[in-house]
Order: sequence, then C-alpha cells, then structure tokens
Amino acid sequence: MKISVVKNILEANDRIAQENRAIFDESNLLVINLMSSPGAGKTSLLEKTIDALKNDFQIGVIEGDIQSSQDAERIARKEIPVVQINTGGACHLDGNMIRDTFKEFVFDDLDLLVVENVGNLVCPAEFKVGEDFKAMILSVPEGEDKPAKYPLMFHESKVLLINKIDLAPYLDCSIEDMKKEALKVNPHLTIFEVSCKTGEGLDSWYAWLKDAVNNRKSA
Amino acid sequence: MHEMSIAQSLIDIIKEEMTRHDATVLRSVRLNIGQLSAIVPQSLSFCFEVITSGTELEGAKLIMEVIPLEGMCRECKQAFGIEDYAFECPYCGSPDIETTAGQDLSIVDMEVD
Repeated sequence: MKISVVKNILEANDRIAQENRAIFDESNLLVINLMSSPGAGKTSLLEKTIDALKNDFQIGVIEGDIQSSQDAERIARKEIPVVQINTGGACHLDGNMIRDTFKEFVFDDLDLLVVENVGNLVCPAEFKVGEDFKAMILSVPEGEDKPAKYPLMFHESKVLLINKIDLAPYLDCSIEDMKKEALKVNPHLTIFEVSCKTGEGLDSWYAWLKDAVNNRKSA
Repeated sequence: MHEMSIAQSLIDIIKEEMTRHDATVLRSVRLNIGQLSAIVPQSLSFCFEVITSGTELEGAKLIMEVIPLEGMCRECKQAFGIEDYAFECPYCGSPDIETTAGQDLSIVDMEVD
C-alpha cells in the first residue's frame, strides 16, 4: 500500500520554534540566532555588544556548545542573565533545547535575547529556534570561498558580520571578494565589516541593532 | 553531521503515519532533498539504517531525490534554474527572485503493508 505523506521532515522542530516565537512575541522580545564557524568571534562580538548596549537594553544570552561552560562564564561576567546549553555531541541547537531554558529567564524583563549557536557553518542553519532572524559571522581568515561552499547559512541569514578585518593586511584574502561572494548567495544580506579586537566598524552594528530592538519593542 | 537529528525526525513521522494507516511493515520511503538543504544523502541513509536496525523498520529502503534549485523573477517573470547558488535573475539581474524549488526537505510517500 502506498501512503502519500508530503510533509516537511523538520515539521516537528518548526512547530516548536513557532511556539517559542509566540512566547517571545508576548514580551516583544527581539531574538537573534547567532551562527558561525568555531572561532569566528561569536562570543567576542557578544561581549562587545553587551558592553555597548547594556545601558539601553536588558539583554539575555543562551550559549550553545557541545561541551564546557566557558562561553557562559565569559558572558556572566557582564552580569546579565545567561544559560549554557551543552548539546553533548549535537552540532546545532534546536527548538526544544531553547524551550528547556525558558524557566531560567523572565522574558518580560528582557529586550534582546541572543542565542549563540554551536560553532558550525552547516547544521545550525537548518534548524529554527524561534528567532526573529539569523545573524552570522564570517571571519577574514576563513577566506572568501565560504559562501559558495556553505551556501545555506549565508542564504538563511539576514545579517553578516565580517569579523577580524584588522587581520586583512596579513592575509591573502579580499574583503571585497568576501562580500561579493556572500551577496551572490543572498543579495538581501546586511553586511557589517568589524573587528572585535580593535573595535573598528562596531558602531554601525550597534546602531543597527538598537533600531532593530526598538522596532521590535514598538511592534 | 545533523543527519542523525533529521533521521530521527523522519522516523517519528513514519511511525505516526504507519499507526494512522494500521501498517506494520515499512518497505520504502521516498524523500525529496532540496539542493539548498545541507543534507548528505549517504549520511542520512547511514543514520536511518543505524536507528532502524533491530526495530520493526529494519530493512526499509530510503529513496532520495535531490531537487535542484529553481527560481522565478518577480521583475521580469522568467523562470530559471539557480546555478552555483547565485540567487539573482540570469535574465535581468534582479535580486528580487522567488525560490520555487530546491529548498525543502520532505517526505513524498511511503510503501507499507
């Protein structure tokens, strides 16, 4: 007997992500799913962003890692609410894992929640967690061929931060080519060129993010 | 390697559908794998075998078809194949395109007894 199914395989996760989203909506909370390769600078960007915006907004963070709580400890030093998820081997966060952290937060007290996904340029892009949008970091040393090699993440992201631009003079890598390659996969990307080390370029990111949080609050 | 999670979701859906149709034996499942999805069919196949081995689903065949990316231009209304993951219209250069195929990961049908 043939059964016609026609179902999205990720339907169960998509449903949970939608339920998460409904909960975030009740508190007009902006939720960002932050993704990149390991070592591209997700936690460094978060530290800088928290320092810059913590007088304006209440920020919460969910840290996703396969193992260890080093990232959550770094964020906790900023004295903001943070929860570490250890996936114990899984290469990405999913809607269910995020839902399990809800009891640790009071969402009505927050304006911005950043979910720092597991460092991985492939898998996290496939799973929604209930975010408003995905943001990704590509660091200059990773090279300009990454959008073509890992198109899904670039395609799914709304924002691309090109980090470690201070290293560009020492590397055979062109930031212009990086941008060109990324925009080929996703012409709608908003791109920021930054260095979390020197602080260069971060002001435009902060300004953009401030607007995004304010728009979300007044929505 | 998120194929294990995908295989688990797939098996959950299969079991649900089998219960609903009073089926006890799974012969095969047909999947459409969009070109944009970051799934490696061989890995998915392997994970499916690992999870189903020793269960009532053991031996079922996964038939996978990779669906190429296709788009439609909202400006000039042309339909085209999206080559090299370039998401712009090859006719007029507009980035305002709708992806019409190749993004999804879905079950098409299953053969059961």
